[in-house]
Amino acid sequence: MYHDNDRSKMFSRRALVLGGGKALLMGALAARMYYLQVMEANKYAMLAEDNRVSTRLLAPPRGLILDRNGIAMAVNQHNYRAMVVAERTPSLDYTLDALSRIITIGDGERARVHKEARRRRSFVPISVRENLTWEEVARVEVNAADLPGVIIDVGQSRHYPLESLGAHILGYVSAVSENELTDDPLEELPGFRIGKGGVERIYDMAMRGRHGTSSVEVNAVGRVIRELERKEGEPGVDLNLTLDVKLQEYAAQRLGDESAAVVVMDIHTGDVIVMASTPSFDPNAFNRGLTSEEWKDLSTNPRSPLSNKAIAGQFAPGSTFKLVTALAALESRDITPEMRVFCSGHTQMGSIKFHCWKKEGHGAQDMISGIKNSCDVYFYEVARRTGFEKIAEMARRFGMGGPTGVDLPNERPGNIPDKAWKKKALKQPWHPGETLINAIGQGYVTTTPIQLAVMTARIANGGFGVVPHVARDTIVDKSVKSRTNPQWPNLNVSRQSLALVRKGMFAVSNEPGGTAYKARITQEGMWLSGKTGSAQVRRITMRERETGVKKNDQLPWKERDHALFVAYAPEENPRYSIAVVVEHGGGGSAVAAPIARDIMIEVQKRDLARVAEAKDDATDLRRF
Amino acid sequence: MLRPMPRMPSRLNRTEMSVRDKIWQINWSLIAVLSAIACVGFATLYSAAQGSLDPWAMKQMVRFAIGISIMIGIALVDLRFWMRNAYIMYVIAFILLVAVELRGTIGMGAQRWIDLGFIQLQPSEIMKIALILALARYFHGAGFQEIGRPLFLIPPLIMVFAPAILVLKQPDLGTAMMLVLSSGALFFMAGVRVWKFVLVIAGGLAAIPLAWQFLREYQKKRVLIFLDPENDPLGAGYHITQSKIALGSGGMFGKGYMMGTQSRLNFLPEKQTDFIFTMFAEEWGMMGGLVLLGLYALLLAFGYAIAMRCRSQFGRLVAHGITTTFFLYFFINTAMVMGLVPVVGVPLPLISYGGTAMLSLLAGWGLVMSAYIHRDVPISRRGMGEE
Repeated sequence: MYHDNDRSKMFSRRALVLGGGKALLMGALAARMYYLQVMEANKYAMLAEDNRVSTRLLAPPRGLILDRNGIAMAVNQHNYRAMVVAERTPSLDYTLDALSRIITIGDGERARVHKEARRRRSFVPISVRENLTWEEVARVEVNAADLPGVIIDVGQSRHYPLESLGAHILGYVSAVSENELTDDPLEELPGFRIGKGGVERIYDMAMRGRHGTSSVEVNAVGRVIRELERKEGEPGVDLNLTLDVKLQEYAAQRLGDESAAVVVMDIHTGDVIVMASTPSFDPNAFNRGLTSEEWKDLSTNPRSPLSNKAIAGQFAPGSTFKLVTALAALESRDITPEMRVFCSGHTQMGSIKFHCWKKEGHGAQDMISGIKNSCDVYFYEVARRTGFEKIAEMARRFGMGGPTGVDLPNERPGNIPDKAWKKKALKQPWHPGETLINAIGQGYVTTTPIQLAVMTARIANGGFGVVPHVARDTIVDKSVKSRTNPQWPNLNVSRQSLALVRKGMFAVSNEPGGTAYKARITQEGMWLSGKTGSAQVRRITMRERETGVKKNDQLPWKERDHALFVAYAPEENPRYSIAVVVEHGGGGSAVAAPIARDIMIEVQKRDLARVAEAKDDATDLRRF
Repeated sequence: MLRPMPRMPSRLNRTEMSVRDKIWQINWSLIAVLSAIACVGFATLYSAAQGSLDPWAMKQMVRFAIGISIMIGIALVDLRFWMRNAYIMYVIAFILLVAVELRGTIGMGAQRWIDLGFIQLQPSEIMKIALILALARYFHGAGFQEIGRPLFLIPPLIMVFAPAILVLKQPDLGTAMMLVLSSGALFFMAGVRVWKFVLVIAGGLAAIPLAWQFLREYQKKRVLIFLDPENDPLGAGYHITQSKIALGSGGMFGKGYMMGTQSRLNFLPEKQTDFIFTMFAEEWGMMGGLVLLGLYALLLAFGYAIAMRCRSQFGRLVAHGITTTFFLYFFINTAMVMGLVPVVGVPLPLISYGGTAMLSLLAGWGLVMSAYIHRDVPISRRGMGEE
């Protein structure tokens, strides 16, 4: 028995030792708990919060683009897209494989996702497919459990309801490319689009708006459980244009299949009411993504649908330039308006013979009849007496030889040559004969349709340097401000000279024998005054002159003359100016003038309609 | 006439006890502590299911009820019966272990259980209890001289290492470790000299490089990641990192019941089984953790008190052995989720969702209680009454 007693004592002793050891270990557990939960608690609380909360950017809706009457030209549409968050996937390929069993994913899209995943931070969702159909959205949602890291997101995509109408002015939106990145956090957003052309580009910053943020609770696989906090951003500013889409539509229709451009502007305010360039394109196709074939068609078409010819087409102005030549000569007093020049169909300068467009000649011409008949020989003489330097200076005063400053990207300057220019560009001296050729808008002189419209506006408004614009408002510090009533600079051209030129233009359109008499407006109060132009694009050889100059319809399209017409209306109290250029269209009087007439009738009708509407509103108010 | 005075003048000091006597002796406060711990488990499982009895809490309650009944049943069986049958149970457990090993190699992968239909029986869990019984029986009759002989220690060592190696091969590092550690404690309690332990531990340390080669790739990885969890925050270190975040963010008083973000949002892996302590401590904070630790400590104290009051060496060794096994369960589990030891698959006793561990642990406590009820019953070397 004592034997067992001993064992019992030893057992108790040893139990104390082991029990003490256990107590020590439990003390260690408690100490560890204290360390983790009290000493390091803040650090881990932060990490837990990091786990739980994910902050997402909210894209503000892009500002709409409206025409002058509030008709929507660019709107936003819901765009359902499948996105993938790289850090929530077991591997990007695994998730893409799983997703491709549900919706189609092309190799190109796959490569793009991988590329973007490398560029962006791993928690930023990357768009896999855009514009999902309802059925596709449903299929992805149903299979959500098998698609770790995939989320369906409702984005907004730009839509241009009028399609090709006004496409050149609107421009288009597309993904940010690397060299366009700024510090705007919105650019981090997947599928974020910025304006890439037209007013979409010029007014991009204001139309983007400011981003909002949304803090959401996410679980371990990245699924959003609930929203914790939401800070709405500021929606983009709506942009009101000065364009009138109804007139725009009419103009585009009237130009038809021609490669042509029309600009109609308000001569006092600078509002561009119509700016059409044909053929056009559908900007929605850019948003959707062009197929390589569509792109090839657009980019290789000889009538260049992608280019806005109204501001980027540089054409020889032809006889429309004679208005500037006339002004330069009158202002410099190198000629008097009464001075007569006899046109026999040609004139001689040194050994070179310069032809008038009318082989038989116009007989004796003064300033008014010179403009009315567009007599080349008369203007050869005027130019010879004035010198091209003064003509070039006057051309620049009237908006040529440099961008007009219209609020559109990629405006081309055209060209107004002078001695210095020729020396620099061609390393040749100026030939006296070139003064004659350039004074009638041939040779080195090129202008854009909008420059011609501006020139005409400045003649019609009494010599004020009106600058055109397509947006009714202007941008100050990323936000849109109303344009204040503009005070255009005085161009310092005498009233008499302008009145004389306008009288010539009146004769062109309204006196029998005027080059545009057949395209006159007969409606009372809508009469227009204009100037035709036919710019030759090929050289007429001596032999051809002997055998008879070929008619335009005998020539291949590329060799035909450009048809031009500039005008303002209404005659008594001018309000609008117009420039029509039909590339390789033939004669100005036959092709361009009728187009201008028809458009100007519509423009003035709309004007009258607006006045009537305003009256109606007034009567309505009185009635109540 | 002088009769020898009984050492414990008690009516329990009898070779035979009636069932009624035994029922009177059931230690209800021990059952209360076990139930309190189990209730912590139910509440946590209810929260893990986002406030639902399904799929875990209800099943766990049923199992606990069954387990408590089994425990009382075992407690009422004469301790000598368990001693007499200790070796047989050990042999059966061993055969079952070999069976799963064979089936595991023939069948697919590491299957550690035998499906009995109503329960998936894990032989390694049975072995934890059977080994303690067998060793207790072996050392029960041993005097100091015998224990002092090195040769006497060979059979129990084989009894320990044979199943330990089998379990390690499954591979189940946690269970193997528990078998060896709890047996070690039993050897110590039986009176094996301290220097022998020093010798074995030194030998064991020397054998670590050798043992390293036996570890599976994922086990090696776990050890390495334990040493530096930040190394692999999204891979194998993810579990432990997220567990520490959950614990730490719980702070002193916790995020509130059913409001643990880490567990709710599934950042915490295995929140209903191995990482349930983390979830509990996230929601209840350090205070909750300490209360739970206190409950476990109370249970240990009961185990020790019972072990010390036992008159028989067998009862003492069994009570202490089971208590130690229980301690190892919760120590390894909590130390693991707190990043103190490598990640091994050891559940938190009575709380983690799982049937086998719950039943085998309660069966073990049944044996402890049996030792308590029969604390004054003298047991002969062969497991009979007083010789």
